[in-house]
Amino acid sequence: MAKKQVLVACGAGVATSTVVNGAIEDMAKEHKLSVDLKQIKIAEVESYVDTADLLVTTATIKKEYPFPVINARSFLTGIGMEDTKQEILDELKK
Amino acid sequence: MSDLYFDTPVILLDMDGGSKEEVLRAMAQNLVNNGLVKQSFVKAVIQRENEYATGLPTGEIAVAIPHTDVEHVQQKAISVGILKDPVDFVIMGDDTETVPVKIVFMLAMDEAHSQLKLLQQLMQVFQDQSVLNGLISTSDKKQIKHTMEEKLDALSLKGGEK
Repeated sequence: MAKKQVLVACGAGVATSTVVNGAIEDMAKEHKLSVDLKQIKIAEVESYVDTADLLVTTATIKKEYPFPVINARSFLTGIGMEDTKQEILDELKK
Repeated sequence: MSDLYFDTPVILLDMDGGSKEEVLRAMAQNLVNNGLVKQSFVKAVIQRENEYATGLPTGEIAVAIPHTDVEHVQQKAISVGILKDPVDFVIMGDDTETVPVKIVFMLAMDEAHSQLKLLQQLMQVFQDQSVLNGLISTSDKKQIKHTMEEKLDALSLKGGEK
């Protein structure tokens, strides 16, 4: 299975994406998945359009991308976090 | 990388903000006055909130975590604002839907992609309504400081002072 490139993005790239990035790192480790994680600002997504497999973000996404986008707010509120994790995991295992 | 600043001057109680902008401005200006961020932080954090909202529907007591780019920050800090009456913030990742926010945690971060542990522990605070309830139920800033220090290692381990 090819290594998936996962973008983790928030507005500033300093706070919420750090938390989400950490959670995905732990998840990947737990499931022995090798993931190429890129923690970026949402404005930088454009430069990864050709290489990314998945975008996980806490921000609103209005654009269409050639890869799935998963909202990661639950990592911050704790509400619905298991569902979001499963969603991400399903994409990583594809 | 600077030490994390969190003390009574950046804990604001009974904030009487009519709008989220007023709340953000008051909290940000207070950070400026305490020499923790540059004047440009004020405008930047309001702008960022309008662009990428940070309201979090954490339960009965909802929070917001406004923050902005590292270049506006002089010393890493967390400011806590307890609002007299909840103020509507747009929910993170949403366009229009709002949540009535009771506690604002304004984050002044001076380095990207860092502070994972601090942020994770902060999220634990958001996810615990009894802790949030404790924060809004006191009129003693020292009590809030103490509660947060208990929850965040980065605060309590700071140079052994206390």
